[in-house]
Amino acid sequence: MRRRFALLVMAMAAVLWNAPAFAVLPGEALPDPRLEERARALSSELRCMVCQNQSIDLSDAELARDLRILVRERLMAGDSDQEVLDYVVSRYGEFVLLKPRFSLRNALLWGTPAILLLGGGVFIVLIARGRRRARPAELTSAEAAQLDEILRR
Amino acid sequence: MVEIGHFALVLAFALSLVQSTIPLVGARSANERMMAVGTPVTLAGFALVGLAFVILTICYVRSDFSVANVWENSHSLKPMLYKITGTWGNHEGSMLLWVLILTFFGSLVAVFGANLPASLRATVLAVQGWIGTAFLLFILSTSNPFARLSPAPIEGRDLNPILQDVGLAIHPPLLYLGYVGFSVCFSFAVAALIDGRIDAAWARWVRPWTLAAWAFLTGGIAMGSYWAYYELGWGGFWFWDPVENASFMPWLAGTALLHSAIVMEKRSALKIWTLLLAILTFSLSLLGTFLVRSGVLTSVHAFATDPSRGVFILCILIIFIGGSLALFAIRSSSLTPGGIFHPISREGALVLNNLFLTTATATVLVGTLYPLVVEALSGEKISVGAPFFDLTFGPLMVPLLLLVPFGPLLAWKRGDALAAAQRLMTAFAGSLLAVMATMLFVDKASVLAALGVGLSVWLILGALTDIALKAGFGSVPAATMLRRLTGLPKSIYGTALAHLGLGLTTLGIVGVMSLETENILAMKPGETTGISGYVLRFDGVVPVRGPNYTESQAKFSLATESGQPLGQIVSSKRFYPVRQMPTTEAGIRTIGASQLYISIGDDTADGGLVVRIWWKPLVTLIWIGTLVMMLGGAVSLFDRRLRIGAPAGSRRRRPAQPEAVAR
Repeated sequence: MRRRFALLVMAMAAVLWNAPAFAVLPGEALPDPRLEERARALSSELRCMVCQNQSIDLSDAELARDLRILVRERLMAGDSDQEVLDYVVSRYGEFVLLKPRFSLRNALLWGTPAILLLGGGVFIVLIARGRRRARPAELTSAEAAQLDEILRR
Repeated sequence: MVEIGHFALVLAFALSLVQSTIPLVGARSANERMMAVGTPVTLAGFALVGLAFVILTICYVRSDFSVANVWENSHSLKPMLYKITGTWGNHEGSMLLWVLILTFFGSLVAVFGANLPASLRATVLAVQGWIGTAFLLFILSTSNPFARLSPAPIEGRDLNPILQDVGLAIHPPLLYLGYVGFSVCFSFAVAALIDGRIDAAWARWVRPWTLAAWAFLTGGIAMGSYWAYYELGWGGFWFWDPVENASFMPWLAGTALLHSAIVMEKRSALKIWTLLLAILTFSLSLLGTFLVRSGVLTSVHAFATDPSRGVFILCILIIFIGGSLALFAIRSSSLTPGGIFHPISREGALVLNNLFLTTATATVLVGTLYPLVVEALSGEKISVGAPFFDLTFGPLMVPLLLLVPFGPLLAWKRGDALAAAQRLMTAFAGSLLAVMATMLFVDKASVLAALGVGLSVWLILGALTDIALKAGFGSVPAATMLRRLTGLPKSIYGTALAHLGLGLTTLGIVGVMSLETENILAMKPGETTGISGYVLRFDGVVPVRGPNYTESQAKFSLATESGQPLGQIVSSKRFYPVRQMPTTEAGIRTIGASQLYISIGDDTADGGLVVRIWWKPLVTLIWIGTLVMMLGGAVSLFDRRLRIGAPAGSRRRRPAQPEAVAR
């Protein structure tokens, strides 16, 4: 039973995922081109909740359409980009953001590139220095005498 | 006959147990006869898996619905090509393809490894045997493609329509040739750790495998990207989807491996690092297999409801990655460090390349796994999508791409950065010119777009500069130059081609990301619209019946602004009744390197049709560039040094070189 339910969910997901993508429909665009441009940019940062890893800008699901209209309504009402995002998150949770927030929980996510690049760089420099310092030590006087003797033979 | 396929798999599993143990024991105890078991057992294993695969394919061709796998993924009306490709268009079949390619590579080592020291070859084959054992057991216990149905259904449930495409015929086999090809590098690395011996000759044996796997993986990813571009209907070429990332991570790590193996071969430096990269690259391939095959990506919960497959692959993952890394930790200290070099040198440049590429790999890895980890730990759901990767991966690539042309111009051991910069002056001037030309002549080009074009031209001219300099362009007479050009080692052409291809791909990405134009509207038959200097007239919709689908084809006439006709573009919507699924077939017209892309949507209330048109400048360069990269890999593969195999020094080495032996 459970398995059948999983199949059903998968089939539904497949339908939504494969449906011809018709994101922004002709009637949706805002008359003000600058506002519309902001709406498009915001849409590409918001996730379509019922699709797999698709932004609402690319999805033709009903819910994505509702969200696109919602974004445009908020913009028309004079919200800033951040206010629109905050509003959508307050209604749908952080899952809706395709670009996770800079928060403590996401510190490792955002920090990885910088930490690795710097850490790796420092590591390489340290190894290179260590290598150079590890050059063969000078001969001790006993060894030098021995070498002299060998050479004189 | 179906049972013969199943039985062949069981036999192959039994043989892989032999392959995993006898040659290894032989290598450890210097028993020639036990070592010699490796070759015939490997070849027989390949033959058996091949037989199983052929039998499954025949079941698909004959639409034998008594086989559950065929019933679930095929239909008697499906075109023959998709019946055949459907064999690997599902979980069980694709795992069988995975193992088939694994045993194929094992056989290549067995056949072409004649110049390898017997003990190394035996150990490598044994490690290949371990991987084969694990995956054959996985197939036999959780994913049997030969499971039967009784009574046999009369008709099948058809293959997912978006997979019924030529792209699917090519994409998975190429991808797996790449993925699984890295298993050979992995086996060589583990064998070197078991032997405790690694030297320049080892790198020379590993390099062709890396090159081949890398070239295949490049092709596989590119093919998948182009398939998504034309089949999914919204014209994107890369979505940073976890499934894509799963194949991209081994590619990034493999690219790093390709470069560090050069240092190891030429200068016997970076041995330990190269070994680690070989292990990591294949580990990422395994991780990719786990991510795609376990269902964990859709949701951690989906994974929890039917975990048998996922847990099995997770165990394989832990045993192989954990085991090889533990072996690495124990044994790597016994390997001697190699040559010393100045920071500004070819080696130094390649180290920098590796730093950026591994950081990029880790960025993609963390971005892909973070939502899973957060959900597993706290139950909260977060998304990591394209905007994240654009912000992190992008900035990592820019400095790397800027530095690419310098690498091949620096000398080994100690290079002269200033001299290299002077030699690159022409390339630099050329890219500066490209930046200015873009700003001046391209409408609506942003500064960022112009700089992106400049970066691409820099890469392309940088690659050409390398060849020109090595041929003595401008400093020797033409005849000498021609002689030098023909005399240059193939690997130099390989490098230049790969870097040139990278430049072309970058140019394509920059073009489509920053200069694309879009036109969304509802059109009625007879209406026209304009985009990027072309006029498009909607002629109307024609219904068409295909073998296992119905289709409505929207026809458009394309013309220039001056009215010169450029023919028709057909964009259609299909409906597959068995699966009750619609698909889009985008209408695409290639003009120069750019494409006009038309996708159709629903009918409007007043008799119009929703149409979305994109002008995608230079978009084809994305995939042309990857073809050039593959060509570079292939040319490099045919370099004399690699073809002839081990250098004289290694043949003399049989009684083991003292300096390279572990304590």
